[in-house]
Amino acid sequence: MTTAINGLSLGGIYAMIALGYTMVYGIAKMLNFAHGDVIMIGGYMIYVTMATGNPLLAIAVAVLSCVILGVTIEKVAYKPLRGASPLAVLITAIGISYLLQSLAQIIFGSAAKMVTVYELGSIQFLGATVQLSALVTLGVTVVVMAALTLFVKFTRVGRAMIAVSEDRGAAQLMGINVNGIITLTFAIGSALAALAGLFYLLKAPNVSSTMGAMPGIKAFTAAVIGGIGSIPGAMLGGILLGIVESVSYKFAAIAPYTDAIEFSILIIILLVRPNGFLGKKRREKV
Amino acid sequence: MAMLEVNDLQVYYGVICALKGISFQVEQGQIVSLIGANGAGKTTMMQSIVSLIPKREGTVVFEGKDITKTPSHKIVRLGMTQVPEGRRIFQELTVYENLLMGAYTNKDQQSFKRDLEMIYERFPRLAERKNQIAGTLSGGEQQMLAMGRAIMCHPKLLMLDEPSMGLSPLLVDQVFEIIKDINKDGTTILLVEQNAGKSLAISDQAYVMENGKIVLSGTGAELASSEKVKKAYLGG
Ligand SMILES: Nc1ncnc2c1ncn2[C@@H]1O[C@H](COP(=O)(O)OP(=O)(O)OP(=O)(O)O)[C@@H](O)[C@H]1O
Ligand SMILES: [Mg+2]
Repeated sequence: MTTAINGLSLGGIYAMIALGYTMVYGIAKMLNFAHGDVIMIGGYMIYVTMATGNPLLAIAVAVLSCVILGVTIEKVAYKPLRGASPLAVLITAIGISYLLQSLAQIIFGSAAKMVTVYELGSIQFLGATVQLSALVTLGVTVVVMAALTLFVKFTRVGRAMIAVSEDRGAAQLMGINVNGIITLTFAIGSALAALAGLFYLLKAPNVSSTMGAMPGIKAFTAAVIGGIGSIPGAMLGGILLGIVESVSYKFAAIAPYTDAIEFSILIIILLVRPNGFLGKKRREKV
Repeated sequence: MAMLEVNDLQVYYGVICALKGISFQVEQGQIVSLIGANGAGKTTMMQSIVSLIPKREGTVVFEGKDITKTPSHKIVRLGMTQVPEGRRIFQELTVYENLLMGAYTNKDQQSFKRDLEMIYERFPRLAERKNQIAGTLSGGEQQMLAMGRAIMCHPKLLMLDEPSMGLSPLLVDQVFEIIKDINKDGTTILLVEQNAGKSLAISDQAYVMENGKIVLSGTGAELASSEKVKKAYLGG
């Protein structure tokens, strides 16, 4: 039971990051490999602002600075590459990732910093100890996923996002400002990254310059398993990976191989379902 | 002053010159058509006018305003849009949602409702299938949706790139009827067509393109009776 709840909360963190990956991939058609490092910047912003002792302020500052960071990265690094080869964009993203990690190391040093945002404690539930942070993480992730789904489906700007993801040229012919939509997508993804940073700190109160790297890769895996580009897919993939990871850590015999197990699952699922669980196949009609 | 003035438009794909300096005009209220063989550069021209393809040289002026470097979405807001080659409807959205996208720049609910009714009246098939996912429409239905979507945007100038492509003869006639109707309602039309006979018949002014150049121009009737056009485009 405890393992299951742990898995769900870890899955919630992965899902939150995967949502950002999947939105940016779906709409801007690029893999933003620096996404994990935005989480790390969010973590440091919380660490710095917690000096005031005000957690809500810390969260607000983290979200805001991640949004500014994400939008700036898009404007400065990715926008000039629109229309360039996907490989060039990917390499740029990896470069940005290292740049952010190095910057954090220069500013904050290489030792991890401790920061406690909230002491949430735990409750007893059906004989198991459940961390409240796990419930918060899971709850917020579900709400965010539902809100995003409704936003994309039922608002004018949300539908414009679908249009841009399908056909940029045709979207422009509707009068949609494609660059504006892509900027907005990065803003949303980065805000989610900041929240993921917060949940990470609720679970493990350490900030370091590489804290975003592994969760970033795991969340990317989750997004692909769920079907990259799909919002519920990101949620599904994240939760699945979180549970697998928690269960695997539970057994001493396979615990050291947890990462390998997760990536093997990715490979197997891609072999069986190349588009992931909820990914859509593109229909072409001539 | 013409509604649309294109001067010395040149477009390159890498080192390949696709448009070698094209100049023409579209007068307000007219139907102007452009005919030419496959690969003549018609689509290149249509898309470079609305900035979907970058221009190397030349200027485009719409209602007296230089739009040579204006981004596509702003050109649409000035009152000019296009039914692109290959329809390019939004496959994952429903018919109704596609029409909503067409009205993206129109925030007035009243006129939106009126437009929607008018479209459903003109294309009853779309009304029947308004909640169907657009990607599952037949080719002809998709073409109607592409036209309906563009009309929802209330353009002063509507550009159509091969709207009759892939349609059965009956539907082709219907498309040309609709183009005439839209024009009667006050929309200026710039039409690219393979179906030279039908498009010349409804055109006030027409141009013939070959290898990235305009080689002939005249009224629709003049070109339809020209020996050269008859031979090359009207099958004898
Ligand atoms: N993206 C591209 N890259 C390189 N060359 C291109 C590209 N698009 C078009 N061309 C070339 O430019 C020329 C003009 O193409 P365009 O699509 O404008 O012709 P078209 O008149 O619309 O033909 P069709 O009647 O077949 O639609 C062709 O020779 C084509 O091969
Ligand atoms: Mg063409």
